[in-house]
Amino acid sequence: MQDNYQSSSYKELEQKSKYTNIFLRWFLYFVLILFASYFIFPLYVMVVTSLKTMEEIRQGTLLTWPSSLNFDSWLVAWGGRGYGAGDTFLRPYFWNSIKMVVPAVFFSTFIGAMTGYVLTKWRFRGDQWVFLFLLFGCFIPFQAILLPMARTLGTLGISNSVVGLVLVHTVYGIPFTTLFFRNYYISVPTELVKAARIDGAGFFKIFFKILLPISAPIIVVTVIWQFTQIWNDFLFGSTFSFGEAAPIQVALNNMVLSSTSVKEYNVDMASAIIAGIPTLIVYVLAGKYFIRGLTSGAVKG
Amino acid sequence: MKTLKIEELSKNFGTTEVLRKINLEIDEGNFLVLLGPSGCGKSTLLNIIAGLETINEGDVFIDDYNVSKVEPKDRNIAMVFQSYALYPSMNVKENMIFGLKQAKTSKEKIEKQLEKVSTFLQVDKLLERKPSQLSGGQRQRVAIGRALVREPRIFLFDEPLSNLDAKLRVEMRREIKKLHQQLKTTVVYVTHDQTEAMSLGTKIAIMNHGVIQQNDTPEIIYNKPSNTFVADFIGSPSMNLIKGKIIQNSNNISFIADGSTLEVPINNYDFIEKSDLNNKEIYFGIRPEHIYFKKLNEEDFDINLRADLSEYIGHEQIVTLDYSNQEILAKFPSTIKIELEKEMKLYFDLKHTSLFDFKTKERL
Repeated sequence: MQDNYQSSSYKELEQKSKYTNIFLRWFLYFVLILFASYFIFPLYVMVVTSLKTMEEIRQGTLLTWPSSLNFDSWLVAWGGRGYGAGDTFLRPYFWNSIKMVVPAVFFSTFIGAMTGYVLTKWRFRGDQWVFLFLLFGCFIPFQAILLPMARTLGTLGISNSVVGLVLVHTVYGIPFTTLFFRNYYISVPTELVKAARIDGAGFFKIFFKILLPISAPIIVVTVIWQFTQIWNDFLFGSTFSFGEAAPIQVALNNMVLSSTSVKEYNVDMASAIIAGIPTLIVYVLAGKYFIRGLTSGAVKG
Repeated sequence: MKTLKIEELSKNFGTTEVLRKINLEIDEGNFLVLLGPSGCGKSTLLNIIAGLETINEGDVFIDDYNVSKVEPKDRNIAMVFQSYALYPSMNVKENMIFGLKQAKTSKEKIEKQLEKVSTFLQVDKLLERKPSQLSGGQRQRVAIGRALVREPRIFLFDEPLSNLDAKLRVEMRREIKKLHQQLKTTVVYVTHDQTEAMSLGTKIAIMNHGVIQQNDTPEIIYNKPSNTFVADFIGSPSMNLIKGKIIQNSNNISFIADGSTLEVPINNYDFIEKSDLNNKEIYFGIRPEHIYFKKLNEEDFDINLRADLSEYIGHEQIVTLDYSNQEILAKFPSTIKIELEKEMKLYFDLKHTSLFDFKTKERL
């Protein structure tokens, strides 16, 4: 019969699709695990190596576990061995980086918020052009501005200083931060600004009292972005600073490349991890907001 | 003294002319509705009154004082917006007193005003809530409250009801009307909804392409539209405009539709200018509700028309009729049984007709 034929064939199809689904699911897990391990592998090697003694490193392979948890190399990376000349360690440079990254992130975020506010809520003749040129700043390869920037810093008398690096990073952060804030504020109804103007609030009051309090998601995004960019920057740091004013990434490079008799892989690995920890912390603390901020649209009144 | 006066006002954005030579006057306590299709410049006009837009030409006076160059906050106005524009980070109370605080009002005065207005608008239980925790109607109330606490000379409303659902809109409309009756404030209200305009306004200014087409009471606008745009814009369905011409002989004036021989007498029509009428090409305007199924008045003109279509909409039906190949609409009670494709005897209420010049589209 037609009916019987149909029902049995459906059953077969059902069975078949069940197997296909199971197979595809396991395949999906396989691929995901494969990629995950591919990404986690270097970190694993770094952590494991940093905990080994040089003896173990020489005798074992990359993947072997350390015989005991040995944090000596971390202490050396952070605080040095205690003898005078040629002893490079991260502590002073870590603080250099903090002193550079905190004001640079603050100023670039703040200025970006301001510019974004002006470009969306106080439209003026030619504002699209200003925005276009700012966007252009996002696409300029940083190598192209090294020389003019060096001259500028020299003229201002702040070359080879943390202040100079703060300025450079602030200036080159503004295109990105402006873009973020502009795209966020464009979805905030302009009627809010009109209402505030009628209520008697001025330019700054509207910014601080009305817009800034609803900007948390985009501030988080901007801070994470700027923090990562500035903390991880090597080019500006190595070009515009040397010796004691260098940020941590430059110091890390100096440490690893310094030509002492033996290459101390455990100390190198510990240093690299230390240099990467702050960005990790920022991501973990604010990561939830990062996704929310990137995907959130308008703030409904 | 006029509470608000606008003189020869023009506004353009670049090369686009948005408003052209606007003249308006509002007396104390009046409710003026600016009505028009989107893009007609009504919101721009409101923003100009508020001081949120600059003027290219002309002046705005509030209480006979030229405020054209005065900041919004110093114009003694308050505005209610379509999106409510409540400050998202502040609670209801902070929202309502923000303006008073900016104006450095004394604490006691602020508390007194807040108390008075929040009880009046029944939002006194909501003072600690954030705007996101309010319903649409409540937000609207708070937005009105924020305007009320400042006791302004003029209230400006920018399509305040269009974000609400249909049922709530009717409720809020009635509340705004009540509010105006109780407080006797001067209001300028922008909307594209003719029902809102008709029910709220003491005066309606109908705008199109940046020009005021007619500025009058709702009754006059409905009964004596000054041109075909107004006739077409007001009323649902809108006025039938039948093309034809005037025949005048000795002491008889009548209208003949194109392609028809039937003479509709218009002797009693109240012409603005009664000369040079013969053979004039005109539109004969009659509202669907002024075509009757039964003779109501002695002067009603009887006419035979063919019904082509009937749309049932509950309490009434809209019937499409054929008047010598021109489609016209009539509104009948839905209890009447209409036979389609058949001629029937209907009655034109000649007291409620409007005639327009075919060329200038202006009322005759």
